[in-house]
Amino acid sequence: MTIVIGYTADQFGHAALEHGIAEAKLRGTGLLVINSTSGEAYVDSRFASGTQAQDVEARLAECGVPFELTQPVGVDAVEELLAAMDSPEAELLVVGIRHRSPVGKLLLGSVAQKLILECPKPVLAVKPSEF
Amino acid sequence: MENFDWLLQGFAEAATPMNLLYAVIGVLLGTAVGVLPGIGPAMTVALLLPITYNVSPSAAFIMFAGIFYGGMYGGSTTSILLNTPGESSSVITALEGNKMAKAGRAAQALATAAIGSFVAGAIGTALLAAFAPAISRFAVTLGAPSYLAIMLFALVAVTAVLGSSKMRGVISLLLGLAIGIVGIDSLTGQPRATFGLPLLADGIDIVVIAVAVFALGEALWVAAHLRRRPADVIPVGRPWMGKEDWKRSWKPWLRGTAYGFPFGALPAGGAELPTFLSYITEKKLSKHPEQFGKGAIEGVAGPEAANNASAAGTLVPMLSLGLPTNATAAVMLTAFVSYGIQPGPTLFDKEPLLIWTLIASLFIGNFLLLALNLPLAPLWAKLLRTPRPYLYAGILFFAALGAFAVNLQPLDLVLLLIFGLMGLMMRRFGLPVLPLIIGVILGPRIERQLRQSLQLGGGDWGNLFTEPVAIVTYVLMALLLLAPLVLRLFNRSEESLLIVEDDKDQKAKASKS
Repeated sequence: MTIVIGYTADQFGHAALEHGIAEAKLRGTGLLVINSTSGEAYVDSRFASGTQAQDVEARLAECGVPFELTQPVGVDAVEELLAAMDSPEAELLVVGIRHRSPVGKLLLGSVAQKLILECPKPVLAVKPSEF
Repeated sequence: MENFDWLLQGFAEAATPMNLLYAVIGVLLGTAVGVLPGIGPAMTVALLLPITYNVSPSAAFIMFAGIFYGGMYGGSTTSILLNTPGESSSVITALEGNKMAKAGRAAQALATAAIGSFVAGAIGTALLAAFAPAISRFAVTLGAPSYLAIMLFALVAVTAVLGSSKMRGVISLLLGLAIGIVGIDSLTGQPRATFGLPLLADGIDIVVIAVAVFALGEALWVAAHLRRRPADVIPVGRPWMGKEDWKRSWKPWLRGTAYGFPFGALPAGGAELPTFLSYITEKKLSKHPEQFGKGAIEGVAGPEAANNASAAGTLVPMLSLGLPTNATAAVMLTAFVSYGIQPGPTLFDKEPLLIWTLIASLFIGNFLLLALNLPLAPLWAKLLRTPRPYLYAGILFFAALGAFAVNLQPLDLVLLLIFGLMGLMMRRFGLPVLPLIIGVILGPRIERQLRQSLQLGGGDWGNLFTEPVAIVTYVLMALLLLAPLVLRLFNRSEESLLIVEDDKDQKAKASKS
């Protein structure tokens, strides 16, 4: 069995990563960390750069849980995570959530909201500790 | 002294609140489009050409001047932070600038680029104000054969000297000349290449072609590569420089300016050569040659100054002769035409206030850029997060609007699409866009000068070589074309030696195995 983590290269993604690791240790499962980007902008600060991805891998390696880190480009984050959750192996989805103003939600939508509502399996929504 | 009076009047005209507002808009817009790779000042000015219908000429040119200089600044920001030079002229800046940024000196790199651009822009504009009127006074005395020669020289230089491949340059130029032919022959009144369409009798509006090739072509090209792995941007705070940085920067700024301005002022134009020469010089003269290739501040300061000085220099042939040698100048020239102002050597006599206002607004825009860009650099970097679909949807909207607004005829939209597809294909096959647009603009004027000189000489081709300026220009043109061939002939011996060595190596390897 695996736990899927929707990772972003910021504090919210970091919170999801840490809670996901804790949960994986507790349940004795593996981890699938997905860090995707739509690839539509020249720069996407939530997409982990080379060194950031190495840091994530180092963190995952030191906690001793079997893991996989993928960085798909040119995909929709929600579709990518839901597709991963479709696998019978996947048992839990961990995402970081943030405050969004109603206008921001209207314009950009909310990835977390879509995932929580549409994912058929349990979703663990976490926040960074300072929030 | 008369020029100085005019310049002061230009300042008075440019400093009215309304015109200052246009200057600020132009500068902000210019920097924004300069920062975004793929969108340049030429495309922006082309998209904004429709505003020339209801804005006064001075306000429009003040804004275009801001966009022209702003694009240069913005381009250096992208080169340094993203290592993606937007134009060929900022390739050299990216060499050292991006290394500096990676070493944690992004703030200093941006600062030396911005202040260097300011210094070079100020000196370049001052030189422009000093030289352009004199050149134009001299140019008025020239006859049709000399003009023809100078315009041909610009065509040859832009096509054959700039850019990587002569063949591609020539193809692009011929496309441009062919488009320029469409319409009624001014001498005989016969329709040419109109395909029986009466709407084509007036020729194809340059605005439509410029918008199609720059905006639509680029938008289609980006749409074909919409999703890409995002680049790693280097986070940056407010640009600043230490004492040591100032000490190491001021000489490269001045030397870069000295390289850039003359190269820009030649009808050949181009910022690639002066930026490259400036880089080589700084590398030789630097007290820290070991830092070159690892992020030397001189390698940013010199080329960036050369780039801006050359941009100021390209305005010399444009204002004094009506000769555009870079894409933005070419589109700005189109704006002159749409105001009914005939570009050429008589510009300083006929429209002195407009021209001096333009020059004054270059000074103002240059200053505004420095004042805005130093504090706003982090904000400009954020602009790169804009998703491309939003950006290009907006560009397509304005492109269609602009092309339709020219004559309010639906045929222009069809032409926009056709030339937009051509622009896409040109990008696909690596054809440079500049020769095409210069061909469209200069083609009809070259034709007119040629036929005028032939008529004056009673159809004798020898009449083309009667003026000394014309002969000198043709000799220079021949030199320009033959020099690379001769050089290659001299280098051939070395090259063939290398090939032989390679051959020997291969044989040695073959015998060993």
